[in-house]
This record gives sequence, structure tokens and C-alpha cells, in this order.
Amino acid sequence: MSRGEPTTAGAQGARDQVSRLLTLVPFLHARGQVRLDDAAVALGVSPAQLVKDLKVLLMCGLPGGYPNDLIDVDLDALEGPEADGVIRVSNADYLARPLRLTATEATAVIVALRALRGGARDDTREVVDRALAKLEAAAADGADGADGADPSRAAATRVEPGEGAADADIALLATRLVQASRDRRQVRLTYYVPSRDEDSLRDVDPRGVVASRGVQYLDAWCHLAEAPRLFRLDRIGTAEVLDVPIVTEAEGPRDLAEGLFARTTDATVVTLLLDPPAHWMVEYYPVEEVTATDDGRLRVQLVVADPRWLTRLLLRLAPHARVVAPQRYADDFTASAQRTLGLYS
Amino acid sequence: MAVRKTERLLNLLIMLLVQRHYVPKDRIRSILYADSSDEAFEKMFERDKEELRSLGVPIEVGHMDSYFDDEPGYRIRPDRFALPDIDLSADEAAVVGLATKVWQHARLADATTEAVRKLVALGVDVDVSALDIVQPRLSADEPSFDAFWEATQDRTPVTFTYLRTGQDVASRRHLQPWGVVRYSGRWYVVGFDVDRHDERVFRLSRVQGPAQRDGEPGSYDVPPGTDVRAVARRLAPAPSTETAVLLVRAGAGLPLRRDADTIQPDVVGPDDRTIWDRVELTRAALGLADEVLGYGPDVYVESPSHLRAGVVSRLHDALAVGS
Repeated sequence: MSRGEPTTAGAQGARDQVSRLLTLVPFLHARGQVRLDDAAVALGVSPAQLVKDLKVLLMCGLPGGYPNDLIDVDLDALEGPEADGVIRVSNADYLARPLRLTATEATAVIVALRALRGGARDDTREVVDRALAKLEAAAADGADGADGADPSRAAATRVEPGEGAADADIALLATRLVQASRDRRQVRLTYYVPSRDEDSLRDVDPRGVVASRGVQYLDAWCHLAEAPRLFRLDRIGTAEVLDVPIVTEAEGPRDLAEGLFARTTDATVVTLLLDPPAHWMVEYYPVEEVTATDDGRLRVQLVVADPRWLTRLLLRLAPHARVVAPQRYADDFTASAQRTLGLYS
Repeated sequence: MAVRKTERLLNLLIMLLVQRHYVPKDRIRSILYADSSDEAFEKMFERDKEELRSLGVPIEVGHMDSYFDDEPGYRIRPDRFALPDIDLSADEAAVVGLATKVWQHARLADATTEAVRKLVALGVDVDVSALDIVQPRLSADEPSFDAFWEATQDRTPVTFTYLRTGQDVASRRHLQPWGVVRYSGRWYVVGFDVDRHDERVFRLSRVQGPAQRDGEPGSYDVPPGTDVRAVARRLAPAPSTETAVLLVRAGAGLPLRRDADTIQPDVVGPDDRTIWDRVELTRAALGLADEVLGYGPDVYVESPSHLRAGVVSRLHDALAVGS
């Protein structure tokens, strides 16, 4: 964070402190009374630094030099026996609004939003476009300084993040699902099941979003399966938060350290042999054990809940993965490969 | 010292902000710099103004009275100082919070966070706590990125050493940068090449060593209506995509159908077990064979022929290994 605490009495320290104060005062003004700890989190500084900053504020104010001209900070509420930890600042109405965005800040946030926009779905794009329009307007408004230039907006148009630079869909979906689980509301999902290659519709009690090996999952009680399930976020088509409260209680957050399929009872361990071009799958799928062979291949043990899923994976990896055991999985794959090849004969 | 300086800077800011007219320099001195000698005052006051300006505080200089050639006065116009109201709905605030996670570049990540803090100070509720699960990333690892970014922001010419694709000798280039663009996963700078007298695009990862500023800020104009993305698309090598025509069993291959350019239902397929649809889509060439293979006997490749041949030979090889 750029708001590092000034450890030396240097010029940078004073400049940063002014910058912090110019955000702190309007922050308090917009919210009335705020707890010291909450303000510290929101503004990205330690509570101790925040108290130091507030003490400086006591010495600032209108240029008259009278006691009434100075900004008032209730220090007794922050330190000493009477402290209740609530910040109270008054007599600073002229600093009620934050400083406008600098050209770099405006460009950085606008380009970040454009990066989220590129490659996003239409409904996500629509939200990002609304936010962009408001921020661009705010960056342009009042930015036409004395020289008549429009630095923020013009500068932002000179940086283009391109298409597909950052994927907003899944992140936005994650925030909605987390919010739904906090609100204890059911969610109706359309969920793509790759092993059957079909979309399914199901209502779930969301319990949170978890990540494992770089893939994000919704942890939920599935009313269709009548069991807890993990749903990959990138396979959720639509998610509608229903006005229906959840009916099951969470058993606490799922611990993915023991493996994604820890609760699945009907899973089989399949041993695969992978050539180097197929080694990437170790990073993406729940493998139990990996050993390197002398000829540069990997022998892995994969937990398989659905044999159709395994067949599809092996087809994707063909001809660089094969089943060592159990034999019936090898037979499934061979049959499917033969049928596919048969289409071309 | 730092604390007293903070007080002085903030008091100067408040003084100039609350006055409706320009504040004369001697009044500023008598109130805020009373203990300083003439020379010390001039130096301190210059530095203080610059520090406030570097934070984005718009300090204007003017004369109190146009009839007299008096000392200049200073002011900060509240409408130019303050961020205007921004009213964000909950979903808009969520994407703005997400924006703070996008930059994989320390300085720009900080600048984004700072911008969002100002919005928070305005009263907008941006909750970033739920966003740590998924982090979309926009990286800018090229060492010269910062130099080109800055040059682009304030329109400063730059000079740098550039190694073109397929050449082993680097050359010195002089550019008026119009913008930086990310295109098919790489950053480019677009601008007017002073030596070649024409617009050019350079890939930042091919810039050798540091890019240096080569002139004054604002010393050229970006041609009006320049769309830097369009210039990059025109001049940079195209990403490798191809159009594939697939036959897909009815009800199968949903992800392919979602991305399809066209779908022609009920066509003649490779077998009669089900109805087949013709799905045409444009994809990155890389990985398309893997994807098609994953659908097994539910997807058949009509074209391009190299994709079809690749799928067939991989299946042959897989069956040969298995037997």
C-alpha cells in the first residue's frame, strides 16, 4: 500500500499524511460517527497511525488563529479512561468532500474497469458500463483545469487493456453467491454437467465460495441431489437469488485440504499414466498421488466419481494418457475412442 | 518536523480553499511562515505548493487586482478541488471494488485503491472483503511499461532501443507515444515514429533496456479521434484464431453452441442415431482439438481439414497405445 506509515520525519511523510487526512475527514463526514477500528480498515492504515493523524488535525483550521477556527477532534473518546473508540470530528465542513481523482488514479481505475469489461458476458458488461460512465463523468467534471485541458479523461483513453484481459464474470458471480449465503437465501442455478454434456436446473442452499487448485466452487446443499455439492463457478450458467430462505444449516465451511471429493462415497481411485503433454492435468484435477516414472511419465491416482467424466478427460488428453487400472475404465475409453473414430470412416 | 509540516500544508490548503478571492502572498507569509527569513520563505512556499499540487490539489495563481502590478495571489476553487458526487448502485459498487483487484502492477494497484478510497470517503459503500476468492488479473510485467505509461499520460516523446521480430540488431527509435494497448495478451505502444514519419506500433517486451524521456511534457498532440486500439489491431500481428465447422449431436456440446457464430439445425450427420446440427464457431486455434475430442462421438469435425486430421490421428494413436 502506498499509505505506508511514515517512519522518518521526511517530506514524503508529511505529504502522505496530508493525503490521508484529505480522505479521512470526508469519510467521517459522510458517515457521522465511525469506530476507530472500522475507519482504520476502510482507509488501509493502522489505528495507531489514525490517532496520530487525528492529532495533527487538531492544529489545523481557518486562518483566523482563534480557538473556534480550529478543527475539533474528541481525543478523550479515543484515548484514556473515557474512551469509547468512536471518532468525532467537527468544525471541518470545508473538507467535507474528498479531493478529485488524480490523472493516474482515474486512468488506473478506468483501465481496470475496461479490463473487466472485455470478454465479459452481456449482463456483466452492462453493469461495468454503468460504473464506467459514472467514473468517467466524475473524472472529467471539474478536471478542466486552468489550461482548459481535460487530463484525466483524455489520459484514460490512451490506455487500452484489450479484450479478455481480466475475467469479471466469475468474480461478480462469486460476490453474488457469497452475499446470498450471508443473506441465507436460496439460489436457482443452471449448471453445466460436463460428464453428461447437459445443463441442469437446481435450487441450492449456498454456503460459501471456496477455491482449490485455482478453481472456484460454490459450496451448497443441492435440493435436487439432496446432498452437499460443489459447483464449479465457471460451469454455472445463470444464478438467480430467490426470495426463499435456506432450509438446511451449513456444517461449517468445507475444508478442501482433504480433497474435493472427501464426502463422496461412491468414488473410485483410477491409476493413470501420463506423457509429458498431459502433465498439466495434475494441477487441475484432484489427484491423490503422483510419482514420476523413469521414462519421464507421471503415474497418478485420480479420484473419479463419474466414469463418463473420466472418459471425456482421457479423450481430451488423447493419446497422452492411459488407464493402468481398473481395466473397465480403460475399456470405456477404448470403446468411446473407437466410436468417435468410426464417425470419420 | 513532519507533523509541523503536515500542519502547514493542510493549513495552507484550507486557507486557499475557504477564500473566495486570490490570497496575496504576503498574507500567506504572515500567517503561516511568520518565523522564516525571506529566502527560507520563498523556498518553503515553492516546495509546499508543489507538494500539494503533486497530490492533485489545483492551486491557481492570479492577481488580486488587474489594474495594479501587485504580488500574485493564490486560491483553490472548491469545485475543482472536490470530487463530484458519484452515485453507485450496489452492483456498480461491486465491480468498482473488483477493479482494485485487477492490476498486477504495484503502482497502478495502489492508484486504483486510492481512487476507490476517495469514493468510499464520498459515502459510496464498496465492500472488497468478498472479492479475495477470485482475482482477475491484468499484468504489466514489461520493464518499460511504466515509462511508456507516463509518457502517454503527459505526452512526452521517448527514445528507446528496439529489437524487431526476426532481426538480431537492435536500433534506436524516437517516438511520440499516443497510447499503450494490450492486444492478444501483450502490451504495445502506439505512436508517431519521428524517424520514419509514420504511425508505428512497438511490442513492449521487445524494448531493450530503459525507455528515456526525450523532450518536454505536452510537446506534441495526439491526432484528434485516434483510437489506439484500432491502430494496434491494424499494425500488430493478428492473434491466431480460426473458424471451425462442426457437426454436433442434438442436445450435446452446449459450451460449443453458446460460443457459436451460427447454428444450422437438423443437417445430415455422420450417423443416424440422433439428429445432428451444424455449428460454426471462431476460436483460438490452440486447444480446439482438445476441446472437440472431449465430446467424443457427439462432435464431428467438418473443417478445417488440419483440425479434422489432427483429431483422427490422435484417436488412432490413443487406440494404438491402448492395444
